[in-house]
Amino acid sequence: MRLALREVGTAFSRAPGLGVLSVFTVAFSLFAVGLFGLVAYNTRLALERLEERVEIRAYVTEGTETDAVAAAVGDVRAFPEVASVTYVSPEDALKKARVEMTEFKDVFEPEFLPASMEVRLKPGMRDPETVRVVAKRLNGYPFVDDVRYGEEWVQKFYAVRRAATAAGIVLGIAFAFAAMIIIGSTIRTSVLARAREIGIMRLVGATDSFIRAPFLIDGVLKGLIGGSIAVALMWITRSVLTATVFAFQFFPVPILVLCVLIGGVIGLLGSAVSVGRQLKRV
Amino acid sequence: MSSNQTIVKFTSVTKSWPRGSGGLQKVSFAAAKGEFVFLTGPSGAGKSTILKLCYMDELPNSGEVRVSGLSSINAKRTEISKLRRKLGIVFQDFRLLEDRTAWANVAFALEVTGTHSKAIPARVQKVLERVGLGPKMQSMPTELSGGEQQRVAIARALVNDPFVLLADEPTGNLDDRASRAVFQLLKDINTSGTAVMMATHDLDLVRTSGFRSLELNKGALVYDSAETPLPERER
Repeated sequence: MRLALREVGTAFSRAPGLGVLSVFTVAFSLFAVGLFGLVAYNTRLALERLEERVEIRAYVTEGTETDAVAAAVGDVRAFPEVASVTYVSPEDALKKARVEMTEFKDVFEPEFLPASMEVRLKPGMRDPETVRVVAKRLNGYPFVDDVRYGEEWVQKFYAVRRAATAAGIVLGIAFAFAAMIIIGSTIRTSVLARAREIGIMRLVGATDSFIRAPFLIDGVLKGLIGGSIAVALMWITRSVLTATVFAFQFFPVPILVLCVLIGGVIGLLGSAVSVGRQLKRV
Repeated sequence: MSSNQTIVKFTSVTKSWPRGSGGLQKVSFAAAKGEFVFLTGPSGAGKSTILKLCYMDELPNSGEVRVSGLSSINAKRTEISKLRRKLGIVFQDFRLLEDRTAWANVAFALEVTGTHSKAIPARVQKVLERVGLGPKMQSMPTELSGGEQQRVAIARALVNDPFVLLADEPTGNLDDRASRAVFQLLKDINTSGTAVMMATHDLDLVRTSGFRSLELNKGALVYDSAETPLPERER
């Protein structure tokens, strides 16, 4: 292990340019993937915020007993899909309408608006099908006059979300693949630069695992350093964008750690493949 | 020949490459412990191929190469690595690491084969002194003459106490004087008990040395002095 680390140091001191090039190749490749990931992450957060607005409103027939509605609210709250149920009395409805719509500012009779149950669903249960099922169940109450949930809006929203997810996955894989190819070829260059050394090691009887060790450590270190630089570059970019365009959310810490680790794994795999190829030749 | 114990045995070995020249055709011979064997013949005759087969850098298409008990038929990569630790290999082009001193080049062979670090300095110094490079052990390869570089390569080959030294045209890049000195060193190494297999074009060296020679032509073993002594053949 000590020798392997020394070999890593020796290789770097002999060709520092190549070492730095490898690190920055990893860094910029992961930075490109990370930037895309940042956009995808913020898009997802925005869509999640929009998704929270999915709600079902069940209008109560005028003159229904308050007790009956209260019992129904309790029932609905127990539905597995339901996160919350709020009873909106005609008075509350009018107050809200006055705030949201100016044409209601001169209306003083609450009876003008019907009472309703405002139902919000749990995350992951806001898809068109579940919304339709819950709406149908609400419609089954005899005192429910009408159920509205913006069916068309929910469907469009989910179509957009599906498209965004699909595009995110495809582009993400493409970016990651490109990054791996670029990183792999850079690491291969540094392995080729030491082909003579590998050949001599084989001649004097070093085992494959012994020969691999310094290259794998080298690859992991370059990957981890590159990954860390990529995280730093992403943070700088996000700060600039937040200051100049609009507020971007940065990745949470576990994702940042994952990004650095992915750098390490790419470095490890790139080195393993390159040195494996080289070992087959000698 | 100091002993009849066979250390290298080729049995009907054929080696060819899809698009390459050289190769071997049904070559059989055996070399004993402590023996000095020359491999001679024109370029492309198969001399280097025999040496590569000995250190199992190449494996035969058919037949069997057996070195120190390890058979080419079922040798695993780790076994080949361990075999090479008991072989010394020297090339015409020295194959030294240009960015390390003579000392570091020799130590490298011990380090990468897992020798304890405390044992390395004494062994490196001893072997460099043995090849006559004691005063130049801290020199870089580029500061050494061709003959001296080949001595570093020989020291690297000897540092693991091999039972056989495989030398592929070790004097091919050297002038007469350096060639004689390197050959004398190989003879001394052989005298101390290490077998030597040396590929060479230098027929004078072969004739005057009196050692066994195997002559190859177009991949076939055409003459073995152990079976037909050279003077008789020439008559």
